[in-house]
Amino acid sequence: MVQSIVLSGVAIGCIYALIAITYNVMFSASRVFSFTAGTLGMLGGVLGSLFIARMGMPVAVGFLLALAGGAVLGIVTEIVAVRPVLKSLDQHLYVLSTLALALMVQQFTAIEWSTEPQPFPRLFDIARGEFDQQFWLPMLACAVVIVGLELLYRHSLIGHAFLAIAEDSFAARALGLPERGLRMASFALAGVIGALAGFAGGEMLLAFFANAPMLTFYGFVPVALGGMGNNRGAVVAGLLLGLFQQSANFLVGGIFASVAVFTVFIIVLLARPEGLAGSALRRRV
Amino acid sequence: MDTQATQLRPSRSNVQGTVSTLSAALPFLALLVVGVLFPLFGGGYWGVIATRACVYWVLVSGLNLVVGFAGQIAIGWVALLTLGAYTTSVLAAGNVMPALPPYLALAIAAVVGAIFGLIIGLPALRLRTFYFAITTLGFATIVTQVALAWQSVTGGGVGVAGPVLPEPFASQWGFYYFCFGLAAICTWMTANIAASRFGRALTAIRDAEVAAEASGIAKPALLGAVFLFSGAVAAVAGGLFAALQSYITPDAFTLDLSVLFFIAILIGGRGSILGPLLGTILLTVLPEFAAPLVAWSTFLYAALLLVIVLVIPGGIAELLDFKNRRPLESDRAIIPRPDLLERLLGTTPDAGALTLQQVALSFGGVQAIDGLDLEIRPGQVHGLIGPNGSGKTTTLNVISGYYAPQRGAVRLNDTAMPVLARHQRAHMRIARTFQTPRIVGSASVLQNVMIGGTIDGEGTFVESLLSLPRHRRDEAMLRDTAMLALAAVGLERLAQVRADRLQHSELRFTEIARALMLRPAFLLLDEPAAGLSAEEIARLSALLLAIARAGTGVLLVEHHPDLIFDICHYVTVLNLGKTLAAGTPAEIRSHREVINAYLGA
Repeated sequence: MVQSIVLSGVAIGCIYALIAITYNVMFSASRVFSFTAGTLGMLGGVLGSLFIARMGMPVAVGFLLALAGGAVLGIVTEIVAVRPVLKSLDQHLYVLSTLALALMVQQFTAIEWSTEPQPFPRLFDIARGEFDQQFWLPMLACAVVIVGLELLYRHSLIGHAFLAIAEDSFAARALGLPERGLRMASFALAGVIGALAGFAGGEMLLAFFANAPMLTFYGFVPVALGGMGNNRGAVVAGLLLGLFQQSANFLVGGIFASVAVFTVFIIVLLARPEGLAGSALRRRV
Repeated sequence: MDTQATQLRPSRSNVQGTVSTLSAALPFLALLVVGVLFPLFGGGYWGVIATRACVYWVLVSGLNLVVGFAGQIAIGWVALLTLGAYTTSVLAAGNVMPALPPYLALAIAAVVGAIFGLIIGLPALRLRTFYFAITTLGFATIVTQVALAWQSVTGGGVGVAGPVLPEPFASQWGFYYFCFGLAAICTWMTANIAASRFGRALTAIRDAEVAAEASGIAKPALLGAVFLFSGAVAAVAGGLFAALQSYITPDAFTLDLSVLFFIAILIGGRGSILGPLLGTILLTVLPEFAAPLVAWSTFLYAALLLVIVLVIPGGIAELLDFKNRRPLESDRAIIPRPDLLERLLGTTPDAGALTLQQVALSFGGVQAIDGLDLEIRPGQVHGLIGPNGSGKTTTLNVISGYYAPQRGAVRLNDTAMPVLARHQRAHMRIARTFQTPRIVGSASVLQNVMIGGTIDGEGTFVESLLSLPRHRRDEAMLRDTAMLALAAVGLERLAQVRADRLQHSELRFTEIARALMLRPAFLLLDEPAAGLSAEEIARLSALLLAIARAGTGVLLVEHHPDLIFDICHYVTVLNLGKTLAAGTPAEIRSHREVINAYLGA
């Protein structure tokens, strides 16, 4: 019993962590939190099911196409909902524009795909039980993304450029970095990570349009608790969230587990609005 | 002659006020007439639509104060509709306890809604925009889940029957008039708040939070009152919604509904009552005209939201604002009337001196202020000069409570001032202006200045809600004082103009007028001459001297040496957070170190 709680907790925690990283990658490039983060996760599952189960494509092709779909939505987010409102960040219009885009994609999916959860295909025909792919796929995806991002940020020129934009976009632009191109690349990367989260978690979450708001919320919890823009904090907080949610699920039942997660989230945020690991004191006057 | 003119001025503004109130009320009266006569020409199904629009508006009117006025992005307000619907239905149906009369059930729902409105809303005091939006979203999800799971009470997925109001409100039109009446009352109440010092304070919190704090607006109490009200009306709307649906299941309360409420406000325009009202009607009726598109309605709402945000962030209200499209005179001058200050400020009781003793503050490794002594006396202009980064604005921020000094103390009349209690500065009659003017751009200049006098009102939130006599007295007093303050700084002709149409120099004088509303014992000015022409600086000098003559102690942070040496009684020169020199302007001008370090002559 404990084993299955830990397994499913870590697996779902990895999905939350990936969505949190999606938020963070977009945030680093633009100082904007986007409501499309959870939508990307939902889309990864739906597209995977669409390409592989419904259209019968090979797993590898369907996988790549699902990720490409995520990248496209990431770029669309940047062009439609982020770039036009960047000039007036202080008015927080991005909250509304990204919310609008997320709802449009979500409703489109509900109408054109299905309003009911659809099954997600099994990808590999191997062992079930404790080593079932629905547990290790999200873990693998999470590990790949973390290692990949570390390598990208530390050992590649474009990664350094990403970091420069995140640190100080004005200075980066003054140095001649193509800020707009890098921002679009970041959003595409975020789209891929989000879609990967949904694809890897497809068997657990199913291909369901309502996963979008669910992931938008639970994926943001690690961002808030781990400190914004802090990927390591996000992974730790994501795993804790997954474990906490699954144990609460087991101990008090699904509904009160959600209530418990929400209550803890609010209390921690109220006590430490800058997150458990973050520190933020901005000059206002 | 002169005094006659000044006596006439307030009354003229009153007449103007009455005329503009009437023309502003006209659309509401038209809607009232249409609403009352609606059963004469609306068929049965349209009656349901009209009732639904009324029910939605009861909720949106309250949410409008949260979203449109206070600028808090509360997306999940549908949670309160759900809560109200279930509370009313369950109590009226008698699932868990003996059935209650529907009106009592509605009233209890209102109380429950108010409490939960406060609970959902309170995180707004600590959390930034997106965080708050997400918490309301999470709350909405959870309420629906609980409704689904708590089968013994809510009936789970099967649902529960809605309440049925007794005669005369049981029939379709009877119920319509009940909802319409409530909607009308909500319109009236929120319009009262919008036109009160509370409404202006909310817009100040939204657009110019530091200015709100400097004017003594206590955000927790104000937002708390708004969340209570908004939660209560949302829950009542929920009860009516349940009665209209006659049967409710958790499916009825999707996030789509929440989005509809939210978008109605944004389409209407922030800070308006009429706009969101029209937006609500529009969004309720729109799907009926496009029947094949009903499935796509949420998609269309979302698309509409995107277009509104990107194309007309001001919403319908801005499109309808013809008055502010007339061009302003181009060659207008700010001509202050220092002679009015005496009437405006009265005789300020001697507040003692404002002193800083050995104040020190560092940020990381940077010593911003390092053992600073300062004494600002009533009736004097005290200049604070120094190169960039010498700690001038930091000093101002320590006095107004943004930073707690790490060493030393700030004292007013020998009592230590509470640390970091920013909005209490206004109660001690310490007013300030900002380096970049902090103004509510969408409000008129007059309303902006009235914000400065918020703490002088005596009526409570409830009194304003119901437009009781004390509220009306407050408003008349604030309007007259603000007109006087505007006349004193020379901006009375622009009183009715939207503040974001003003020039930079005019905004600086607007800020001074707002600060004067406090009848300040001490006035802290952060580079008031920046961006002003030579002529305007001369007028500013005369104004500041007159303010000091009226008994106010003025602390002037400035870069313009001319202004400092012309009007200051005493000057402190800062360098690297330390006092480089202090004395009369004449002494400073001949101080060798100052000449070397700063004046560079």
